[in-house]
Amino acid sequence: MNLLWLQSGGCGGCTLSWLGSEMGPLFAALRDEQLDILWHPSLSEATGTEAQELLRACATGMTPVDILCIEGSMLRGPKGSGRFHLLAGTGIPTVDWVRQLALRARHVVAVGTCAAFGGITAAGNNPTEACGLQYEGEHKGGLLGADFLDATGLPVINIAGCPTHPDWVTETLIALNRGELKASDLDPLGRPRFYADHLVHQGCARNEYYEFKASAEHPTEQGCLMENLGCKGTQAHADCNLRPWNGSGSCLTGGYACIRCTEPGFEEPGHPFAETPKVAGIPIGLPADMPKAWFVALAALSKSATPERVRENARADHVVRAPAIKGGRKS
Amino acid sequence: MDGKAARRIVLGPFNRVEGDLEVSLDIADGVVRSAQVNSPLYRGFEQILQGKVPADALTFVPRICGICSVAQSAAAALALAGAMDMVPPKNGRLAADLTLAAENLADHLTHFYIFFMPDFARAAYTERSWFATTEARFKAQIGSASHDALAARSDFMRVQGLLAGKWPHTLSLQPGGSSRPLQASEKIRLYRQIRSFRQFCETVLFGDRLEAIAGLASEADLTRWLASHRDGSDFARFLALAEDLQLHTLGRAADTFLSVGAYTNDGNPWLARGVWEAGQVRPFDPADVREDLSHAWYAEAETTQAPALASTLPLVDKEGAYSWCKAPRLAGKVVETGALARQLVAGHPLAQDLVARDGGNVKSRVVGRLLEIARLVIAMEGWAQALTPGEPYCIFGDMPEEADSVGLVEAARGSLGHWLSVRRGRIHNYQIIAPTTWNFSPRDAAGVPGALEQALAGTPVGTGEDGLPSVQHIVRSFDPCMVCTVH
Repeated sequence: MNLLWLQSGGCGGCTLSWLGSEMGPLFAALRDEQLDILWHPSLSEATGTEAQELLRACATGMTPVDILCIEGSMLRGPKGSGRFHLLAGTGIPTVDWVRQLALRARHVVAVGTCAAFGGITAAGNNPTEACGLQYEGEHKGGLLGADFLDATGLPVINIAGCPTHPDWVTETLIALNRGELKASDLDPLGRPRFYADHLVHQGCARNEYYEFKASAEHPTEQGCLMENLGCKGTQAHADCNLRPWNGSGSCLTGGYACIRCTEPGFEEPGHPFAETPKVAGIPIGLPADMPKAWFVALAALSKSATPERVRENARADHVVRAPAIKGGRKS
Repeated sequence: MDGKAARRIVLGPFNRVEGDLEVSLDIADGVVRSAQVNSPLYRGFEQILQGKVPADALTFVPRICGICSVAQSAAAALALAGAMDMVPPKNGRLAADLTLAAENLADHLTHFYIFFMPDFARAAYTERSWFATTEARFKAQIGSASHDALAARSDFMRVQGLLAGKWPHTLSLQPGGSSRPLQASEKIRLYRQIRSFRQFCETVLFGDRLEAIAGLASEADLTRWLASHRDGSDFARFLALAEDLQLHTLGRAADTFLSVGAYTNDGNPWLARGVWEAGQVRPFDPADVREDLSHAWYAEAETTQAPALASTLPLVDKEGAYSWCKAPRLAGKVVETGALARQLVAGHPLAQDLVARDGGNVKSRVVGRLLEIARLVIAMEGWAQALTPGEPYCIFGDMPEEADSVGLVEAARGSLGHWLSVRRGRIHNYQIIAPTTWNFSPRDAAGVPGALEQALAGTPVGTGEDGLPSVQHIVRSFDPCMVCTVH
C-alpha cells in the first residue's frame, strides 16, 4: 500500500515522535511491510512543483492513495475561508485539499489529537475555527462530516494522542496494510482499540501510592498525582504505562500528571492542568467505571490503612523508607 | 528559459523543513533578484494563552512545536521562574540543560541527515564525481545514512525517556527545576546513553574523536582534517562536496548574529550571550527587540511593537502583507540566529574564522551545527556526572497576582524568547519570538528584507523550474522551523 501524509494546524510532533520508533529504523520497517511513502512533508525529496503535481494526481484519482494520513487540526477560519492555512505553493486552503483527497483515499487516518478531535489548536476561543477530520471535540462532524466512511466502510481512524506514541502509528498502518483493522477494532471514538482499550493508570509505577491514596503535593514527589496534581490517568484511554515512551518513560515516570491527551476536549479541562478540582475535598474526576460512593468509601479506608513507608515515600523525591524484608524459605 | 526576462516563481510546498513554507523568487538573468518568504500557517497560541493561569503555559507552549518542544518548555519555565522570582537548585538546572541539550542534538542530527543532505542526492548532481556515493548514502528515506541516523536518534532519545518522561511535549521542566529526580542508577543509565551517542558520532558522523572536532580552530585546520579523513565519515563527505560546490559562497545574509546564551547550570551561560557584528561581540539588550508588523497579516496599532506590549490580531486581507511571520528587529537591524551564531558569540575559533572569511553561508551554518554536536556531547557527559542524587531537583513557590517577565533560551535553531505578563493572577499577554521568526522574517516598514530573503538575493539558479538546488541548500541551511515561527 502507499501512504500520503499532509500536515496542517499542528506542531509536527506526531511525525517527530514517529521518527523515534524503536522497531528498528522506521523507513526500513515500512519498506519491509511494503508500505510506500508517496509523499511526506518532512521526509520526501520531492518539493515545489513536483510535490504539487503529485498531490494533484492524488486529488484527481490519477494516483490511487491507499492511506491518507493527516496530522494537525483542520483550520476552517477565518470565517470559514480556510485561509489560516493555504497549502504552500498552491494558494488553496489545506482543508479543501483534505476534503478532495479524503474522497479518493482508500483509508483516512488522523494522526494525533489535533487531526482527530481539534486538539490543542482548538483551545481557548478557538481563534482558527480548528476541528478534527470527523470530530469537533467529542461531537461527531468535523471537516468530513459525521457520516464519512471510506471505500471499505471504515470511519476516519483516530490515532489520538498529543503526541502519538510512534508504535500506535506504525502498528495502525501495518494493520491497515495487512487488512487486519476492521470497524470492530476501533473504539466508539474511532481510536484503535489495541491502545485505546487500556487506561493510562494500568501499569503506572505509582500504583502502590494510588492504592493507599498516598499523594504527592509537589512535582518530584513519588506519590500518586491524582489527588492534588491533576492526574487523569484513571480516565484516559491509552497504554502509556504498558508500552514505554523513549525507552523507559511515560508522563508519570517523568514526574507529571496525565492530562488525558488522547481524549477529545483535553485542551480545555476546565481547571488548571496541574491541579485537581475537588468538591468537599474529593476529586471530581472519578476513575473510569468507578461508582462514586465506592470510590469515596475505598479512598477513606485505604487512607486510614496507609503504611508509614508509603506515606513517607509519597512526599519524598526518592525512597526514604525501604519495604520490609520478609523471612527466607518456609520449608 | 532564456534568462533575460524577469520572472517570478513560487516554491511550495517547500518541504523537508519543520512546518509549512513558501518562497517566492524574482529571477532575472539566471540570478535571484529578490525573495519573499511566506509562513502560510497561523494557529493563534498567543491568543489562546490569554486568560489562562500562568502555569498552564507549560502545557500549551511545548505544543507550539514538535521539534523545538523542550526549548518552548524551557523558555516558559524561565519566564514563570522570573515572575515567581525563583532560581532552580543545581540538579534542576543540570536536568533542564541536559533535556534541552538532548533535544538540540537530536534536532541537529535530524536536520543534517533527514532534511539537509538528501538535496545532494538530487538528479541535478548526477554528473558530479561524488554523486553515486552521496546518493547511496543520503537519498531521502532510502540512503543508508537515514537508517543509521534514525537508529542513533531513537537510541539517543532514551535520554528523554529518563529525563523528561517522553519527547516531545514533556511537562518535566518546571519553573523551580525538573519534576524528574534522577537517582543513582538512573544517572548511570543516562551517562551510558550519552556515551553510546558519542560512539555513533565518532564512528559514523565524524570518523574522529569529538575532542578532535571540537578542537578544529580554523578553516585551514578544517582543510587539513578533510585531507586526512576523506570519505571517512559523513562530515567529511559533506566537507568534500561543500568544497566542490563552493557552498561557502552561497546564502550570505546580514552577518549580524544573535545568541541569547545557553546552558546556565553553573550560574553563567556555557555558551555566552551577545550580538556579533564585524568581528566584535557586544552585549545583547532585550529592550532593543521590536517586532515590525508592516508586511504580516496582523492589525497594528503602531508599526513596531515591543514584544511585552505586542498584540497578535489576524487580519487576512491586509494590504502589502505576505506572511503570518512578524519581522523582529534588534535596534532596527536584521539578525541571524542559530548554532553558528551561538558558537561565534561564544568565541569558538573555527566559527570565528569561517565567518571572518565568508560570513554566514550554507557551509558555515552546517559546520556550526556539527561543531556544536561535538562540543555538546562532551558537555552533556560532564553535566550527567555532576547530578547529585539525594539533593533536590526542584523548588516551589507562588505566582504573584501581577508580574512581567521574559524567558530567553537557545533552541536548536537559535534564540527563542517568551514575554509573559500576568495580571490578576492570569496571563494578560504572552508573546513569542522564535528563531525562525528572526531568520525568515518578511520585510520591515523600511522595506529591508529578512535574513533568508537577503541570503537568497543574488543566488545563481540556472534555468530549470525545480532544478534550483542552490535555493534548496540556502533555505535548509538555516534549519527553519515554521511551526515555531508562527505559533
